[in-house]
Amino acid sequence: MTSQRVVIAGAGLGGLRTAEALRAHGFEGEIVIFGDEAHAPYNRPPLSKEALYGEISHEKLAFRVRSTATDLTWRLNDPIAGSDLDAHTVTLASGEVVTYDALVAATGVSARRLPIPGPPATAAAGRHVIRTLDDALALRASLTQDARVVVLGAGFIGCEVAATARQLGCEVHCVAIDSHPMIRPLGVELAAELERRHKERGVIFHLGVGLTAFEGESHVTGVVLSDGTRLAADVVVEALGSRCNVEWLDGHGLDLTDGVLTDNALRAVRDGVPLDGVSAVGDIARFPNPRFDDRPWRIEHWNIPTDTGRRAATAITAYLSGTDYADVVATEWDALPSFWSDQYEIRMQSYGMPGLADADGIRLLEGELHGECVMGYHRGEDLVGVVGIGMLKIVNGYRDRVGKAEWLRARAAS
Amino acid sequence: MGLKVVVDMNVCQDHGQCVFAAPEVFELDDNGRLVVMVEEPDESMRSAVEDAADVCPVQAITIEG
Repeated sequence: MTSQRVVIAGAGLGGLRTAEALRAHGFEGEIVIFGDEAHAPYNRPPLSKEALYGEISHEKLAFRVRSTATDLTWRLNDPIAGSDLDAHTVTLASGEVVTYDALVAATGVSARRLPIPGPPATAAAGRHVIRTLDDALALRASLTQDARVVVLGAGFIGCEVAATARQLGCEVHCVAIDSHPMIRPLGVELAAELERRHKERGVIFHLGVGLTAFEGESHVTGVVLSDGTRLAADVVVEALGSRCNVEWLDGHGLDLTDGVLTDNALRAVRDGVPLDGVSAVGDIARFPNPRFDDRPWRIEHWNIPTDTGRRAATAITAYLSGTDYADVVATEWDALPSFWSDQYEIRMQSYGMPGLADADGIRLLEGELHGECVMGYHRGEDLVGVVGIGMLKIVNGYRDRVGKAEWLRARAAS
Repeated sequence: MGLKVVVDMNVCQDHGQCVFAAPEVFELDDNGRLVVMVEEPDESMRSAVEDAADVCPVQAITIEG
């Protein structure tokens, strides 16, 4: 029998963890991992935080690979451009065609850019994004004392960059269409409190407005907002969310409307039916999570690549070995999304999906809003998320209480 | 050689995620600081401590042996 081959598209955290889990489950065939960056997998959260202060290098951010998973074939700087799911092949940007027995889509997301004309969308022209190590290195070099920085977007990444830039002595304007920073996941009360803390440290917000123009030709010199305000800028950071890198899967009946729709075993769904041997993990996987509801969600939190990678690997190993496959994919699996954010001295830690809460379902559970606190996010009677500002040990204590009450009871009983 | 857990305390930021993965080995003390309770755990704990190293947001945990 010839050796089986698993092709993993994407050399980030999800690709790495899937490969390690395949080995842990006893898959002995070939594992080939293709990545579009030149770097082996590295940790991205520091890119918008501590990496902007001091020394960063790939060496410091690189993930260690488990000692049981050293025999992986890394094809870095070698992106996949297309696929043929019936022929079981992928086509690289170089034109090479590679066959697979199982395929894992772990291509992640790219930073979204505003479709507004202006200077070139490059770091050299002063228009930055933060997704890769190279992005962070370029931005770090620009965040000099008194630099005029405009951050577009007030989500977590935007707010982390704003905080870091302030601490580096930059003048920081933050522009967002929302009424408060981070309001969509956190709700108005906590978002308004965090806005107050950012303002106290000198961030100037322009909320409820969009961008109408970039100014400058070869280098950005400013931006114009929808209320007519002009802001001079040396550095513009586009922190406007992400777009999924899934074009290479086009044309095969997969649901790619928001990432890759999968079943609970992370198998890609084709024309309503899970496709054997094709999985999606990490930021692009849109999977049903029984902890919350039947609706599939795509979750860009740091723990998701690891959790989905492990789950996908169990299904792939069973599929390729022909052992217990039906049982493995039928065994219900759940994930608890978790994220943290560091802004100034503020450590935020969340479990669950606070964004699912009812408008009137957000309540202070512990502490004080103006100091350290834990906020609870409820949908009906269910606690669907918690967010702690400080109080880490206490917020960690809520971890096992997050989810649909009915599901938590069933889990406790089993 | 047995299993050895090393935490780089210059990197550790007390997220405490390792505590969930391997509660027999890691603990947050009353001040919320991470403590390694068992530096050389039994081989039977390998999977749990490797999971703990995986889930560390700042990748401060190394497993030797």
